[in-house]
Amino acid sequence: MSSAAAHERDPGLQPERTRLAWRRTTLASTVAAVLAAKTALHGDVSAAGIVACALCCSLWLGFLLVAHRRIRTLASAAVPPALAPRHATAAIVCTVAMAVCGVALVL
Amino acid sequence: MIAFVRNVRLWFAPEDVREEGSTPDYRFSLANERTFLAWVRTALALIGGGFAVDQFLPDLRWAWRVGLALALLGAGALCSLRAVNHWMRCERAMRRGEDLPVSRFPALLSVVVAVVAVAMVVVVLVGWEG
Repeated sequence: MSSAAAHERDPGLQPERTRLAWRRTTLASTVAAVLAAKTALHGDVSAAGIVACALCCSLWLGFLLVAHRRIRTLASAAVPPALAPRHATAAIVCTVAMAVCGVALVL
Repeated sequence: MIAFVRNVRLWFAPEDVREEGSTPDYRFSLANERTFLAWVRTALALIGGGFAVDQFLPDLRWAWRVGLALALLGAGALCSLRAVNHWMRCERAMRRGEDLPVSRFPALLSVVVAVVAVAMVVVVLVGWEG
């Protein structure tokens, strides 16, 4: 199996590039989450700020989980299956929810 | 608009996508996924920019600061929703063997970014409020 997989390995390294794209996106999500936490905990810390910070952290964790599962799927099969719409939607829900948190924090 | 609603339904029902057409070469699907991720990064950068404007421009007047932050956060949310919608449309087009969908969104976003950049150059050159 492994020798067949090695033989079939894509010379364009598509799965590896996709894995790195997920890593980059996770990194961008981390930066956004850190900035969100800074906004939430800036100045006098209120209960609402702590709730918003916890929410942003859990959204970041959710994104991390989606990326982690996708990376494992990419690594497990010689011919990786296409991204499931459910996972794409989960990643987008985390992103949009972070923007909504941002609107609540800014206002 | 109706097509958009149908697409939204498909985001949550992956089985329906699998039934259409034939599975394309996995490399095309992965390329589509990377494009999707690039758009998600753009969206996250816009959202991070919104937080940064709110945090690191305290000298700006409240209305400007909040307005700019909300605009960036809104653009980020829009960009991410559009990312998943466009990814889904491309995936379906590839399964059906149709042409890939065209989009005005990249041009729109470029124009908005360019206008903001030019406005910032003018603001810096003229000086904020003299």
